[in-house]
Amino acid sequence: MIRTLRILAITLACVAFTGMLATSIWTIAGNSDPGNLPQLLSENLDRSGVEHPVTAVLLNFRSYDTLLEIGVLVIAGIAGISMAKTASLEDPQLRTADSLLYALQRWFVPLMLVLAGYLLWAGADRPGGAFQAGAVLAATGVLLRLGGVPMEFLRPGLLLRLGLALGFTVFLLVAVASAIAGDAFLAYPPGMTKTLIVVIESVLTLSIAMVLLALFVSAPVNDAEDPEEGSSS
Amino acid sequence: MTSSLLYALAGAILCGIGLFGLLWLSHLLRKLLAFNIMGSGVFLVMVGLPQHQGGPDPVPQALVLTGIVVAIAATALAVVLIRRYFHLSGMTGLEDEPASPERGPE
Repeated sequence: MIRTLRILAITLACVAFTGMLATSIWTIAGNSDPGNLPQLLSENLDRSGVEHPVTAVLLNFRSYDTLLEIGVLVIAGIAGISMAKTASLEDPQLRTADSLLYALQRWFVPLMLVLAGYLLWAGADRPGGAFQAGAVLAATGVLLRLGGVPMEFLRPGLLLRLGLALGFTVFLLVAVASAIAGDAFLAYPPGMTKTLIVVIESVLTLSIAMVLLALFVSAPVNDAEDPEEGSSS
Repeated sequence: MTSSLLYALAGAILCGIGLFGLLWLSHLLRKLLAFNIMGSGVFLVMVGLPQHQGGPDPVPQALVLTGIVVAIAATALAVVLIRRYFHLSGMTGLEDEPASPERGPE
């Protein structure tokens, strides 16, 4: 009885929520938009240093969001690692003895590394950029990890810390440097925009891949009863 | 009524479905999945609504891209936390919930 009442109440609440949301979407869609953001963006695209509007928004016009985002990622990574009881990475129990996986690895890992590099570079004038490249790089790492390739740098230590903090640090340094130089926080000095964006994108790619991979690896390993736990998540 | 508006409305429905799952399911992993469905609904609204008003708008698209990356990291962190919680308590649901860990709606 209580169960039925509960599900009824929850369903009612959810339907009401959906209805209100849909109504407001309908109302907003009926009104004409107050500002023309896409046009404003395309007018200022020349000053951004890159040709693709999404990259321009991410790394120049709204780079504050991106800075905070990489900050959130680093915090998530640190929190994940602090939860971890990292077992030996070369633990034979963590390896997946699958010949298909090995064959795939041999072909895919170099290809995926090239793809990540391409995505990073393509972000300037077509869809692509640091996040996609970082995701591909992290997927490569996951593939390697599943195949039991020892990756010493993922152990809690200096290399891991450096990799995690690199993107955020460089981004923050650029932001603070421009603020100290007398310009606004996060305003790139004119003439160096393209260079700075490429540098920031590269370190962001590394850091994003590192955070995602570290979170994958840091899933806590069970003590005794389930030794396969660490590799299956 | 354009297809973009349809995306936005579908996003609203996804939000509702996710909210229902978040409130009703007791298993923590399912709660997490439901929460992610809610997030996907928000992304769909954010991309679909501006597109309905004036073609593809790069600004919300970039914000959604940022949101997706944060959502992935948050989900991974949540999974790590849930596993830790499971190892410490042996339960897959929260303590003060009326539903016992085993009895969740299947």
